[in-house]
Amino acid sequence: MTALNRRDTLLLGAAGMIPTGAMAQETPRKGGVLTVHFATEQRILNPSLQASTGVYIVGGKIQEALVDLDNDGNPVPVLAESWKSSPDGKTHTFKLRQGVTWHDGKPFTSADVAFTAMEMWKKILNYGTTLQQFLTAVETPDAHTAVFKYERPMPQGLLLRALPDLGYISPKHIYETGDIRQNPANTAPIGTGPFKFVQYERGQFIIAERNTNYWRPELPYLDRVVWRVISDRAAAAAQMEAGQILFSPYSSLAISDFQRLSRDARFEVTTKGNEGNARTNTVEFNHRNPVLADVRVRKAIGHALNIPFFIENFLGTFAKVGTGPIPSVSTAYYPTSGIPQIGYDVALANRLLDEAGQRRGAGGVRFSVRLLPAPWGEDISLFATYLQQSLQQVGIRVEIVRLDAAGFLRSVYNDWSFDLATGWHQYRNDPAVSTTVWYRSGQPKGAPWTNQWGWQSDAMDRTIDDAATEVDPARRRALYAEFQKLAQTDVPILTPIEQIFVSVFNKRVRNAANNPRWASSSWHDTWLAS
Amino acid sequence: MRVLALAGRRLAASLPTLVLILVGLFLLLQLAPGDTVDALMAQMGGGDAALAEDLRRFYGLDLSIAARLGQYLLRLVTLDLGFSAIYGKPVATVILERLPATLLLMAAALSFAFFFGLVLGVLAARRVNRWPDTLISTLGLIFYATPSFWFGLMAIVLFSVHLQWFPAGGFYEIGEGLTGLALTLDIARHLVLPTLTLGLIFLAIYLRIMRASMLEVLSLDFVRTARAKGLTETRIVTRHVLRNAMLPMITLIGLQAGTMLGGSVVVETVFALPGLGRLAYESVVQRDLNTLLGIVFVSALLVIAINFLVDLLYAKLDPRIVSGG
Repeated sequence: MTALNRRDTLLLGAAGMIPTGAMAQETPRKGGVLTVHFATEQRILNPSLQASTGVYIVGGKIQEALVDLDNDGNPVPVLAESWKSSPDGKTHTFKLRQGVTWHDGKPFTSADVAFTAMEMWKKILNYGTTLQQFLTAVETPDAHTAVFKYERPMPQGLLLRALPDLGYISPKHIYETGDIRQNPANTAPIGTGPFKFVQYERGQFIIAERNTNYWRPELPYLDRVVWRVISDRAAAAAQMEAGQILFSPYSSLAISDFQRLSRDARFEVTTKGNEGNARTNTVEFNHRNPVLADVRVRKAIGHALNIPFFIENFLGTFAKVGTGPIPSVSTAYYPTSGIPQIGYDVALANRLLDEAGQRRGAGGVRFSVRLLPAPWGEDISLFATYLQQSLQQVGIRVEIVRLDAAGFLRSVYNDWSFDLATGWHQYRNDPAVSTTVWYRSGQPKGAPWTNQWGWQSDAMDRTIDDAATEVDPARRRALYAEFQKLAQTDVPILTPIEQIFVSVFNKRVRNAANNPRWASSSWHDTWLAS
Repeated sequence: MRVLALAGRRLAASLPTLVLILVGLFLLLQLAPGDTVDALMAQMGGGDAALAEDLRRFYGLDLSIAARLGQYLLRLVTLDLGFSAIYGKPVATVILERLPATLLLMAAALSFAFFFGLVLGVLAARRVNRWPDTLISTLGLIFYATPSFWFGLMAIVLFSVHLQWFPAGGFYEIGEGLTGLALTLDIARHLVLPTLTLGLIFLAIYLRIMRASMLEVLSLDFVRTARAKGLTETRIVTRHVLRNAMLPMITLIGLQAGTMLGGSVVVETVFALPGLGRLAYESVVQRDLNTLLGIVFVSALLVIAINFLVDLLYAKLDPRIVSGG
């Protein structure tokens, strides 16, 4: 090593600039307690019954899925060792890992997989019920083979990309008797994962400890994981600084604290490890309002927004301009060209509104709308205000109506009592999981985060349906490019900002963020430097 | 005995109020848009309509409002508070888990506010319109005017992040397995900052009341008599004035016990304490009617109990209440 090199390394090291990846060379240390910020308490902790980040952050360490994603976003084996699909896409065979035991000592077998798939994914799990709608049976020719049978073709790419989130397995022997929803194991989960559930004190903390019988030899490194319930953002940032928590996942701190902590050498503030949890900020239109039913008005609203300005001044480096419902982090499906974009252009916005017959009246006002911002996330609240001010400049008066979570969902997705709404659309690795439902017509009334806009397009419906059952990966990709194009041409909703969740780590946490859904993953190789 | 009869009558009078509050709250919450299934959907990040319907049946939301209210009141007669939707446990269990932290915080903050309010109030009254009075009154006003969440956060930044004297939050150290005295000390250490934060605001009120009350009593005839007898000023204050000036303070405790149950939401949230206030807030957001009504019920019982004690204390301090009627 030359003198210069050594000095550079020292400088980098001193400034805390060495990325987590470069530290992978260090010998992992066994032991230690990882304390984690738990911002919103959940009713249950079992990820085979509820698909949400708040459940994965705990349950994902205790229970395991059939597959997970690797650093590049490709499916890798967990409880399934290998898989094979029939050419028609109607049969998918999983070879299961042998010698795995549940935390209570019983062996893990294909019966557990069949039970979980049929009784939980297909009947109870949100998004699972849609994904597995055409699953007819799971056959178990032997204890370590599970054969999934579908009535209609299920693309392998969709299944494997959905399963890391929607493929957690629960023990049949615990759940087979009684009402699944009331099973005590829902809040005291039993799994095959690297950590065993110990204790849950509501409103305070959850503790899990090392599973000494874990199937990956010598793992995990950590002795314990402790989740501390802290609902106040500012208090959580203070606990981070006081060293009481070492990791805060899923953008749970205030935006100003991200900026402050990122300048502190003790912490790393990053979107890395959350690529599988991309979201877009939305502007949802109620097409039952004849003014908004005109595509020129919707486009004009898009053109009136200076998104780069908003991002630069309010969101900082953790967001970028949205280009459509499929976010750019989705390398498998993101179309790189040929997608129309709606850029900032006030003159064009004014012209489009004039053409649509919405002339300025008294006080320069063209028309008035009610905007409902979703109550989850500081950025939504800021964006609502920004929308209000931007639209005022093109003559649209916006009244902001703030409601809490239950009120917002009921008003927008069930009562349709809104003109504009703004919130998040969550992208879950494949457009068919939770994205196309925002555009497909015929969604039952009251289903949140689906097309409740009163908008329908035959071309869109056909594209979505074809893609959902297309087994050929290349053709499927092309269909989703078409989907993105239609979404940006008809603009039933706007997806102007693309964001990835922000994680804050204490730099003692090693091997962190080494896969695209790290906060949700099992942490079997995570360790703590002393 | 007369005192008990008096207090007993009060107790009986508060029962209809309690029922009215519960029914009112039940109906009020029906006006809030969305139900507990909507809240659950928000937490899950979505789910289909069939699932939602299934869940509504599971939580008993498919019945009419009148039927549900009737059911609730019937259960209440047998002291059954029902089942909590968010916690999946009986409401009574959920509340019992949270009660210790709330009561501890409330008792500590009230004692702190009462004691220091009394001392500072007396000091201010004895040096009225001179600099100690001005200083104490100004400080009181500052405490009263500052929002408690700001106080709490600043206390955390100073004492936990920079000085590292006290923990930044929580009720006790997790996973240490402490017992007995060690656990008591640990909980005490965790409660110092929340108690100060919650207590300081109430301190200001006690201080003002005590000062005013002292000044009033000091101007009464019997004090002049005492002075004429040649008693020292300290003896006059401790033996004659204090006891009379305390009555409004005792009234205030009874009134504020209720405020403090609700007012601690902010403090509980900032310091991540598992108290009733946060539970109530969560049950409103999650539209968990059973839990919310249960909390109101238990809080009302607490307030009634405290006011019962206050009534007894009145009689002790001022014998005229019993004899005069």
